[in-house]
Amino acid sequence: MNHNIDFIEQWIEPGSRVLDVGCGDGALLASLRDQRKVLGYGLEIDPKSIGSCLEKGVNVIEHDLNKGLKNFADQSFDTVLMTHTLQALRYPHLVLDEILRIGGKGIVTFPNFGNWRTRAYLSLRGRMPVTKQLAYQWYDTPNIHFFTYADFEALCKERNINILHRQFLTHGFPDRLLKSVWPNLFTETAVYHLSR
Amino acid sequence: MSLETSDKQKDLSESVGWVKPQKVLIEQPLKLACGVVLPSHTLVYETYGKLNKECSNAILICHALSGNHHAAGFYKEDPKPGWWDQYIGPGKPIDSNRFFIVCVNNIGSCFGSTGPASDNPDTGKPFGANFPPLRARDWVESQRLLMAHLNIDCWAAVVGGSLGGMQAMRWSLEHPDKLQHAVVIASSMKLTAQNIAFNEIARKAIKSDADFCDGNYLQENKIPHRGLALARMIGHVTYLSDELMGQKFGRDLKAGDLLQGKTEPVEFQIESYLNYQGDKFSDFFDANSYILITKMLDYFDLAREYNHDPVAAFRHAKCKFLVVSFSSDWRFSPARSREITDALIAAGKDVSYIAIDSDHGHDAFLLPNQRYQEALGGYLSRLADQLEGVQ
Repeated sequence: MNHNIDFIEQWIEPGSRVLDVGCGDGALLASLRDQRKVLGYGLEIDPKSIGSCLEKGVNVIEHDLNKGLKNFADQSFDTVLMTHTLQALRYPHLVLDEILRIGGKGIVTFPNFGNWRTRAYLSLRGRMPVTKQLAYQWYDTPNIHFFTYADFEALCKERNINILHRQFLTHGFPDRLLKSVWPNLFTETAVYHLSR
Repeated sequence: MSLETSDKQKDLSESVGWVKPQKVLIEQPLKLACGVVLPSHTLVYETYGKLNKECSNAILICHALSGNHHAAGFYKEDPKPGWWDQYIGPGKPIDSNRFFIVCVNNIGSCFGSTGPASDNPDTGKPFGANFPPLRARDWVESQRLLMAHLNIDCWAAVVGGSLGGMQAMRWSLEHPDKLQHAVVIASSMKLTAQNIAFNEIARKAIKSDADFCDGNYLQENKIPHRGLALARMIGHVTYLSDELMGQKFGRDLKAGDLLQGKTEPVEFQIESYLNYQGDKFSDFFDANSYILITKMLDYFDLAREYNHDPVAAFRHAKCKFLVVSFSSDWRFSPARSREITDALIAAGKDVSYIAIDSDHGHDAFLLPNQRYQEALGGYLSRLADQLEGVQ
């Protein structure tokens, strides 16, 4: 599940302002600070993760995403990042709007529910998938939306969001090869660079 | 008895140990914001830990309304440690093994530094109510003179809770090159009307005491004990939370009972506690200092001279910030800390903000709390690593 997304650094201008919404332990922001000299801030609610950010010297703001992002002014950041959080929020489409209101560009990543493992799990076992990527039981999971990258692209079209770049990530040998033929089947994590 | 002794030994080994205050006469004139010049002034302060060769590891602790220079360690004659001993000491969040820590009793207060109870050199009598009005910036300016006396060119951090946080923010704007970090705890960029209201009730309580004598009680050999105790009782209620008072005291009775047919008076535990706190406070604090410093709080408005724009104000800062709030603090609520944080982000300054869950109201910033200790410790230990060249 921990795909390396260091390649997104090339989508981020050196010295720019970055907001990482749901920044976890701050590793990505620390790397962006050191490699791209960005002025970055992370939003996080988990005390342990916040502690890790402080120890790394990463700017971290304790913030409950369910209370929205109204604290942040329009276009106050060059890039707003959101890694593996979209599927856990009540209204992902409104969050996307907020990301592109606050940031000139947005970068989002999410688990692709169209992956063959989740499809096989549901269709063969008749049970909601519990995989490495989605490692929770249905009744106790932060992931309250399941969608594929095709669903996501349809939403972007509907809401006039431009897709600047996309990257599909997967683990393992045959999957990586097969991803180019059947991307929805063999993508575990989808990464999008967006603007409006 | 032996248990008490071993408890104290344990405390001593975990604290900076025995401490003694130092006194310095600052002979440079201090021009106050009100225009009055103090030709010289006395400061009482304590230090813990060692200043390194580069003089780069100094942390200034700024006290709040009723605080003083005795922030950590023990006096021989007093079983209680300094007011922030939980946070300052060897291996503690503000680590005396790694930092040189300075805490000064600010002018206008009443623990040995020049204040209303000191003699006015012009008249030979106590300043009393004639002590010039003070602003937080006057405390910062006086601290800067002490800093020069101690041969410190730049603070590694200026740290303070409540009014102490206001000083840390003022430092960042007045002397941006003289601090690397500002730690602003349970503070605010300005008081709300409700805050000013509580302060005015406290002042009125003091002034209503016949022994106040218009502020000249020292010449009259009187002390406005009742007024000052009442002021403290009001303040104390606002520093606690409803939840905590409920947990700690509830409706428990100290005396009497509420059964029908009883005539003796009933005293609730909270009444007894508040009266005790008020009386204790009025024994050691000066009434004129209380009035002076509550006014200083009321007057504080970080962004007033920056067109009331906190973002414009913070653009002048060069240091990094840590902002801390406590969930049940209704005197300086988390929303006030978030305003500071949002202004700093908009001004493009490095800032982290943590919102600590606590039932202890405004007083939480003084009390043990694991998450608060770890966060403050984690932030400052990274700073110490950088100063010591550890990667």
